[in-house]
Amino acid sequence: MIEYWNPQIERMPVDELKKVQEQKLCQLVKYVYEHSPFYRKRFDEAGVKPEDIKTLDDVTKLPFTFKQDLRDTYPTGMFCVPNNKLVRFHVSSGTTGKPTVVGYTDNDVKAWSTSLARALTSIGVGRDDVMQIGYGYGLFTGGLGMHYGAEEAGCTVLPTSSGNTERQIELMQDLGSTVIACTPSYLLFMIEAARDAGISFQDDTKLRVGVLGAEPWSEEMRKRIEESTGIKAYDIFGTSELSGPLFTECQSQNGIHIWADQFLVEVINPETGEPVANGERGELVITTLVKEALPLIRYRIGDITVLNWDECECGRTHPRIMRVLGRADDMLIVRGINVFPGQVESVLMKIPEVGEHFMIIVDRVNELDIMKVQIEMNEAAFSDKINDLMDLEKKVGAALKSVLNIAVKVELVEHGSLPRSMGKAKKVIDNRKI
Amino acid sequence: MEEKMIKQISLFAENKPGRLANIAEKFKEAGINIRAFTIAEAGDFGIIRMVVDEPDMAHKVLHDAGFTVSETNVLGVEMEDIPGQLAMIADVLSEKNINIDYAYAFVTKTEKAFLIVRVNDIRGAVKALDGANVRLLDMSDVHNI
Repeated sequence: MIEYWNPQIERMPVDELKKVQEQKLCQLVKYVYEHSPFYRKRFDEAGVKPEDIKTLDDVTKLPFTFKQDLRDTYPTGMFCVPNNKLVRFHVSSGTTGKPTVVGYTDNDVKAWSTSLARALTSIGVGRDDVMQIGYGYGLFTGGLGMHYGAEEAGCTVLPTSSGNTERQIELMQDLGSTVIACTPSYLLFMIEAARDAGISFQDDTKLRVGVLGAEPWSEEMRKRIEESTGIKAYDIFGTSELSGPLFTECQSQNGIHIWADQFLVEVINPETGEPVANGERGELVITTLVKEALPLIRYRIGDITVLNWDECECGRTHPRIMRVLGRADDMLIVRGINVFPGQVESVLMKIPEVGEHFMIIVDRVNELDIMKVQIEMNEAAFSDKINDLMDLEKKVGAALKSVLNIAVKVELVEHGSLPRSMGKAKKVIDNRKI
Repeated sequence: MEEKMIKQISLFAENKPGRLANIAEKFKEAGINIRAFTIAEAGDFGIIRMVVDEPDMAHKVLHDAGFTVSETNVLGVEMEDIPGQLAMIADVLSEKNINIDYAYAFVTKTEKAFLIVRVNDIRGAVKALDGANVRLLDMSDVHNI
């Protein structure tokens, strides 16, 4: 098994890496100013010229880019190349507004695949693996993005896409899948479906690795998945605006490596836009250093994270973004208190009586926010004494309150009654009309 | 001692329309006959407790249908259908400091009454009731009620 996809780049000393970034940043700024009327206008409005960007520190002179910019210039108003240079489009689902279109040149697809090939190598996935890809294929970047990355890394790919779960499980057994790539929600759904059919992931499949992402999930969920399936579960990161799935954790399972020769990462205070101090949490901002079709300058990703430049025990020098369970736009404000669904998940998964699925429901009654969390219990935890179940509701409510600092009504619901998802799971219903 | 106990099926159900109909339908399909039945409710949810003629099959049918279900050992106490019987049984248990978690009762066509009872010390309860010459149901009785 190879340890590094490209040791020279992955282990490059940080000061050299930063020099590479600096050089690429200067080129990029010139490139977008010349090729994108959108960026030229943006830079002019901000009073910044390409020649003002000489060092990495100058990056803060550049204006931010937002998802809204992609929507305002729909479909291809921000692209830097004409259509005849593109090899592919992807389009977001548009669940939170107008869909966004992203495009790729041949080099963009190659850089994307390389990024993932490095990442997969870092979790020991490669030539000897059969990777079953249960991310949706098609307009969503997850399926095809993973597909190209896995092929580049040398895997044999089983492109099942999402859905048709019985067949997924059958093929997993018949073709000996060793790696499953899908959302954590879909993996839970598959585990449950397999269990109902008398199939154990642990005993009846060759699965050893899960590459799970496209939605926030907690460390506690990782423990549950690893314990119930015997696989190692790794977090993957990416967003369609940047390309799609791009980075994963390494075998240390302690933060996701961002390839600094391809992307420049900043963490800022979401309110002021100022960089936060090293090790502090803030909003992730990424500049694509090598993209041709749709480069993004200081793109506000919306994820809340902590940047870590410490050398990782895996030997890679590239910085890591640490898990903090939430995106700025997933955050709920309940009675003035910030709540991330990931925090709720992390509390629930520590309680053995509680099953894997939950739903947060927020209502406003007489000007007061009411937060309710519905849970299913593990069958083994079911007692036929009412008091035991009421105690369980109280115990979960107290655990949530101690972490979230707000009163939460906990409601036990029947097994199977909370929605299962084959893609990104919906975990919040906000009924407030504000 | 196990033969003096009967298996009760308990299941978790949300308190909303259609739940009971769904469960009853499953039993109908499987040909399972309910002998005694009660619902304990606690707001959003309830626990349905049942004594049926085929408890293992009932457990499997409900479990396979996705319900959260358990089998618990309880006692079926035979009583004459006359005043004072329940008091006597309760006395026997309380003398041994045995607590009743819950109980429900029904009258049969043989003019006996049966008390289904879950206690905190089932072995102690069997001994105490045996000592007081109280007859306890076994699973074959449940079949033949």
